[in-house]
Amino acid sequence: MTDWIDIGTLSDIPQRGARTVRLDGEPEIAVFRTGDDKVFALVNECPHKKGPLSQGIVHGHSVACPLHNWNIALASGQAQGADTGCTPTIAVREENGRILLSRPEAMKDAA
Amino acid sequence: MDFQDGIETNSDYDDALVVPCGDVREHLVVIGNGMAGCRAIEELLARDAGRYRVTIFGAEPHVNYNRIMLSPVLAGEKTFDQIVINTREWYDDNGIDLITADPVTAIDRAAKTVTSRSGRTVHYDRLLIATGSDPFIIPVPGKDLPGVISFRDMHDVDTMLAAAEAGKANGGGSAVVIGGGLLGLEAAHGLTLRGMKVTVIHLMPTLMERQLDEAAGWLLKSALEGRGQTILTGADTAEIYGEGKVEGVRLKDGRDIPASLVVMAVGIRPSTALAREAGLDVNRGIRVDDHMVTSDPCVLAVGECVEHDGNVYGLVAPLWDMCRSLADGLTDRHTGYRGSVTSTKLKVAGLDVFSAGDFSGGEGCEDIVLRDAARGVYKRVVVKDDKVVGAVLYGDTADGGWYFDLLKKGQDVSEVRDLLIFGQAFASGGGALDPKAAVAALSEDAEICGCNGVSKGQVVGCIEAGACSIDAVRAGCKASASCGQCTGLVESLLALTLGEGVEAGPKTMCKCTSFTHDDVRREIVAQDMRSIPEVMQKLHWSTPDGCSSCRPALNYYLLCALPGEYVDDQQSRFVNERMHANIQKDGTYSVVPRMWGGLTNPRELRAIADVVEKYDAPMVKVTGGQRLDIFGIKKEDLPAVWADLNAAGMVSGHAYGKSLRTVKTCVGSEWCRFGTQDSTGLGVKTERMTWGSWMPHKFKIAVSGCPRNCAEATIKDFGIVCVDSGYELHVGGNGGIHVRATDLLCKVSTEEEALEYCAAFIQVYREEARYLERTAPWIERIGVDYVKSRVVEDEAGRKALAERFLYSQRFSQDDPWAERASGDRAYLHQHLQPQALEAAE
Repeated sequence: MTDWIDIGTLSDIPQRGARTVRLDGEPEIAVFRTGDDKVFALVNECPHKKGPLSQGIVHGHSVACPLHNWNIALASGQAQGADTGCTPTIAVREENGRILLSRPEAMKDAA
Repeated sequence: MDFQDGIETNSDYDDALVVPCGDVREHLVVIGNGMAGCRAIEELLARDAGRYRVTIFGAEPHVNYNRIMLSPVLAGEKTFDQIVINTREWYDDNGIDLITADPVTAIDRAAKTVTSRSGRTVHYDRLLIATGSDPFIIPVPGKDLPGVISFRDMHDVDTMLAAAEAGKANGGGSAVVIGGGLLGLEAAHGLTLRGMKVTVIHLMPTLMERQLDEAAGWLLKSALEGRGQTILTGADTAEIYGEGKVEGVRLKDGRDIPASLVVMAVGIRPSTALAREAGLDVNRGIRVDDHMVTSDPCVLAVGECVEHDGNVYGLVAPLWDMCRSLADGLTDRHTGYRGSVTSTKLKVAGLDVFSAGDFSGGEGCEDIVLRDAARGVYKRVVVKDDKVVGAVLYGDTADGGWYFDLLKKGQDVSEVRDLLIFGQAFASGGGALDPKAAVAALSEDAEICGCNGVSKGQVVGCIEAGACSIDAVRAGCKASASCGQCTGLVESLLALTLGEGVEAGPKTMCKCTSFTHDDVRREIVAQDMRSIPEVMQKLHWSTPDGCSSCRPALNYYLLCALPGEYVDDQQSRFVNERMHANIQKDGTYSVVPRMWGGLTNPRELRAIADVVEKYDAPMVKVTGGQRLDIFGIKKEDLPAVWADLNAAGMVSGHAYGKSLRTVKTCVGSEWCRFGTQDSTGLGVKTERMTWGSWMPHKFKIAVSGCPRNCAEATIKDFGIVCVDSGYELHVGGNGGIHVRATDLLCKVSTEEEALEYCAAFIQVYREEARYLERTAPWIERIGVDYVKSRVVEDEAGRKALAERFLYSQRFSQDDPWAERASGDRAYLHQHLQPQALEAAE
């Protein structure tokens, strides 16, 4: 059983942009909206030097980290190209126009 | 990671086996969809595309992929898609029937048929066995436990990734790699990067003893230990233990290493069972002649499964040679295979290891050794009878290709012997330190790309046939398409073949387009394009919404072309330009208020001091551009910080944008006893005129009051040096990585002229430089004479340029801080607020 948290609507996030969410005791989460209105959530830290991915340029289904321009795939959290590393992803879905984020602890329990 | 794309389903395989009506061509059946089998077919297609009807059987559920690139996939440097050699389209386009996940289990040579695991029987006219090799599993107790794997195919990589993933949940798992050879060390490296604690167990006293001598092996061991791996040499495995699954490895000396994953990488042996059962002549490998024909004239074999002239090969380069000879034989050309000399490179990022030939020493062999302990470089070249017979390089492998070339050719090196160890550049003498000269000196058949077996001649041929970018070469002949170590060589060949024009000419804006920056700018104006999506549509962008390289560039080009009309796309701006502050490594921001010409006053200083205290800024620093930089501001606090600074009359310093940064000044004639003109006053006027303007890159100005040049105007993009009779104007300076002193543009006699020339110069730069090109490289590219012809010699042109600049400034001199402080785009600074918990269905 996964707990889903309502974090707002699609229009709360700029297209090709991101917003951040803070949950108690969790690392800050970045919620992305792509050009085709898909929503993804990652821990707001680049695997390279922990740059805030929410502040990067979103292109396709990737985001370029604002610190050193690593490209991170939004779906998997994997660094692209020659770079190596992975940012944890958080399950997110849309329901009746609301964006629902899975509570990270619940994910761990379920795993 | 998504590995699904390469998987073939078998749903249509019955159709695939229907012989096209009237196809009377000989049927060539290939057992093995690996590197050798597919390369042989590629070579055959290149010679005579229509000659055979081809069917390929593969045991794995994938299209053909580059097996030697599994290490980078494990290490996370590549995805499976990136190591696919031939896509499904290639099979389709060439009319090849591909049957995956269905290995051949029997050959009936009398009936000339093969039968697969699923029971399918196919008739052949010619059969090609390319079954490769099997990992050698040491016969110790526990070798069959779940969790004991080899490192041979994509399935093994998936298993390792799953183990690393499972390990993460338990605070990092442990893995043992048995075997300290090439494959074992690459597996260990990948697993380490995936977060596992890795122990390498190696039977021999030094690592990679077949490829490296003792000294290089020791350096390698130290480097790997430095990366957190435990390396046990001279260690013999007694047993692998565990209840139902692997729990650890016990050594013969009694040591016990707990592990949830054991990778056996002690070696490979030719996969010959199928050939042996079919009654073919098999020794260590399937015996073949110089055209890869087995003891049955209708059956050929190629790759790691064969034995040629007593030799069995486990590396990729010989395979390319074999495939060429095989295809020649199949198309009635007769140039037989003569065996291969091999070289080795370790694919571990940051560790450069190369070896080739024989370095075991022996009678008549002489060693030439170079050690540079500080740089961690070790080079050893073995010479016999004035010829290179072996080379071991550690830490600096740039000359590996050259030594290998000398070795393969058996070239007499007596003339360059003294300089041999210093590498090709020195040994070739004179100014050959230029990498291009080194590449030019390579022979036509020198190998450029070891992964794909591409020679210099083939790369040059590909470039001459029209490939004018690195991507085009990769697509055309596969050079540099795998591990990428030869990218520099291929770039040099591009430059050599196409002349100097290559860098300026065909370099595309980014991977999203085949157009150059100059093309795009020209077309934006010519077609009157007005938005980023319009540009991408009309110029056939290959990505849905560009990338982090092209979007900011397009945004700038449109902004420059359409002042006052184009609506800036905030999502195409780097974070600093979106947040109007400078992002720091910890994700906080630094804020730099503008201080015109570097001047300030008590009111501004008080406001800054108050902000530092109120928002608990941990540091304030004077910048190189004579401003105060307030560090450690959180994004939530930025609007309030700006509001406070605005209240004291200060605006955004733009100290972070691709825009006018600062105008640096010295005190000038108002105070200084050497000052000739009012440099501070002119600096303030210059900054008032230019602030807020967006540029291709950052832009710095300075005004010095006398030729002593205390404001360092001669390393700025635009510098003014005051003299008794007026103002010297300098352009194109840079004090960064590559220091460049300015070029003198001209001398003028009044402040008004200095300002007009400044505006005109900036506008030429804004309109014609490529995005992210500073004035220094721009002027190097176009020449200062061109700038003079536009700004100095053409008076009407200069005035028009200055006018265009001032016109565009009417729309850009608004303080972004004021807008944000008043609540504009507040969401940029606030977190999303979670609502009450909801239960899932």
